[in-house]
Amino acid sequence: MIVLDTVPSGALLLAVGVLFGAGVYLLLERSLTRVLLGFVLLGNGANLAILVAGGRAGAPPITHSGPETEPMSDPLAQAMILTSIVITLALVAFVLAMAYRSWQLHGHDEVQDDLEDTRIARLAVADVPSYADSDSEESGSTLAEEAATARDEVALPDPSVDLPTRGRDGS
Amino acid sequence: MNLWTIQTLVPLPVLVPLFAAGLALALHRYERVQRIISVVALSVAVAAAAGLVVAANDGPVVVDLGGWAAPVGVNLVADPLAAIMLLVSSIMLLCVLLYSMAQGIADSNERTAPTTKNAKLLREALEAQDPDADESGRRDALPVAIFHPTYLILAAGVADAFLAGDLFNLYVGFEILLAASYVLLTLGGTSERIRAGSVYVVVALLSSIVFLLAVGLVYAATGTVNMAQLAERLPDIDPGVRLGIQALLLLAFGIKAAIFPLSAWLPDSYPTAPAPVTAVFAGLLTKVGVYAILRTQTLLFPSNEKLEAVLLVLALATMLVGILGAVAQDDVKRLLSFTLVSHIGYMIFGVALATQASTAAAIFYVVHHITVQTALFLVVGLIERRSGTTSLDRLGGLARLAPGLAILFFVPAMNLAGIPPLSGFLGKVGLLEAGVFDGSALAWVLVAGSVVTSLLTLYAVIRAWNKAFWQASTDKEPLPEQAPLPWGMVGPTAALVAVGVSLTVVAGPLYDYAERAAATVMDGHTYIEAVFPDGAPRGTGESNDVTDEAQEDQP
Repeated sequence: MIVLDTVPSGALLLAVGVLFGAGVYLLLERSLTRVLLGFVLLGNGANLAILVAGGRAGAPPITHSGPETEPMSDPLAQAMILTSIVITLALVAFVLAMAYRSWQLHGHDEVQDDLEDTRIARLAVADVPSYADSDSEESGSTLAEEAATARDEVALPDPSVDLPTRGRDGS
Repeated sequence: MNLWTIQTLVPLPVLVPLFAAGLALALHRYERVQRIISVVALSVAVAAAAGLVVAANDGPVVVDLGGWAAPVGVNLVADPLAAIMLLVSSIMLLCVLLYSMAQGIADSNERTAPTTKNAKLLREALEAQDPDADESGRRDALPVAIFHPTYLILAAGVADAFLAGDLFNLYVGFEILLAASYVLLTLGGTSERIRAGSVYVVVALLSSIVFLLAVGLVYAATGTVNMAQLAERLPDIDPGVRLGIQALLLLAFGIKAAIFPLSAWLPDSYPTAPAPVTAVFAGLLTKVGVYAILRTQTLLFPSNEKLEAVLLVLALATMLVGILGAVAQDDVKRLLSFTLVSHIGYMIFGVALATQASTAAAIFYVVHHITVQTALFLVVGLIERRSGTTSLDRLGGLARLAPGLAILFFVPAMNLAGIPPLSGFLGKVGLLEAGVFDGSALAWVLVAGSVVTSLLTLYAVIRAWNKAFWQASTDKEPLPEQAPLPWGMVGPTAALVAVGVSLTVVAGPLYDYAERAAATVMDGHTYIEAVFPDGAPRGTGESNDVTDEAQEDQP
């Protein structure tokens, strides 16, 4: 009995593993919504891990009166989980808003390529130096200019989807 | 209980900005009141932090929140390390706030609206520019009410992270400041900021999850999250488990501090934000990560040679990769973002050597770098405002057009590169001395790497200075001859540059203070005895029972 009280449930540990695995998988997707779902799973996995750290389930976390021998769950673990659930909730709301805004602006919510990466890849293909020197002939285009053109490289995957492809001004 | 003790000061840098944030949000219609609230709140935070720096000199100041003593309750600890970080960050936050108010960032997206401060005028100006000004155009002008409360919450989160006496409170502090930073980075919700914000937010969320998991594992392994108690219990647990926890914490903080190879998110996301926001992020957010590494590596995991070797290699890679990135950039903002990554390497170098001298040098370097990096980003904001671009290919001849601006850029740039007698030089010399004293082959490699990085930094900033200020513009269209630079923006920038220079003047006392800060976290008893004043041996069954019995007031 006493040993069982400190040994965590194997099913919970397995659940933590599954949540983390699925969460990492979703986090590697490009769509913000899936990334968000991945974050939710990871957050729940971490919370469950803390719960497991608090010991075996079943006993009340707060005992007011009663015999000293009455089993008691660890309330600190549960308090920490409550705090982190609230934090996760707030952040999920924020990312949702951000994904929606991204959809508003671009018609999709995919995380786009790093501008500098695409730029350097293009320069590497063209085999030109990465910046213009003062004594070189031409001054290259600036990052801000390229940002204006590089934005909508991730078009809607399926043109038949009934969503207007929005310009970058959201018009 | 006497209210007017030194302990009263400890929660103020957290509480005052937090309450002020609520007040500012409630009074969002009254812009002037909002500004007064913000300035007063951050001024109080600066004053409280200054008081704490003096008080912590005699030993850490500990406050048990809610009247519960340390292993059971939550406590705030203002030891010299936390106090000095708090003071520098508060001064910096106040300067940037004044700068942003003059810029009118709260009213506008400075890229589309260069001059007007008034929100209504701005909206009219925007609509005049673009007759069918759409949703996003108006949105850029709208988040008036959001900036000040979010900024104050950021300040509260940073203070909470510095003062946290237990790991979970540190996590909460991080979350507060990160949540505020998400809002600040995507302020206005323009296309570019949403793009950059997505990367930043997802990376930060991931690091938070790793941190949370590490806290859970720490609790599972030791039954406590109080740092002083952890410092006593962690040496007793299984070395493999300890190594795993240490690595997991390093991973979480490494993402936040932007250590190579976890730094790729930084140069892409920071430059898109408004100049004051970038300045705060660059100066502060990565340093909170460095602070967390400093705190956990010195206090909780005092000696682990394997990981120290790994950290040294990572520090070297951070320095070199970062500075090579900076050399290749043609945009001042991105260049500075890369030097930021690079100079994080110096601080990690100091932490990884794990001697008292190296830690002191790292603390000094953090203080120096917060002021200098912020000042540089503020100056770049001024450059952008003056000439409408930050591209080095476009800029040119600014030394003639705006000589004051040239000086404001030159001084912190030289400070960053480490030209004697400025504080960057002193910090680097301290680190190099500690490296030479360590004497191992790896430390010598790091010393050489530091010198090379310093020279490359000099090259990068001099190149920027030459192209932007010294030589004529290569661009066809010349820069505008006159553009207004409000004194309200120049003043705080100059003040921060002056603070950076004055670090040289007070370098002696400051270095002594950094050494005391390092001693407090490294000697293995000062911090613990401050938290457990009775000096009773902890980590026994006795305190376990105490921990198990009454934890309701944990967060």
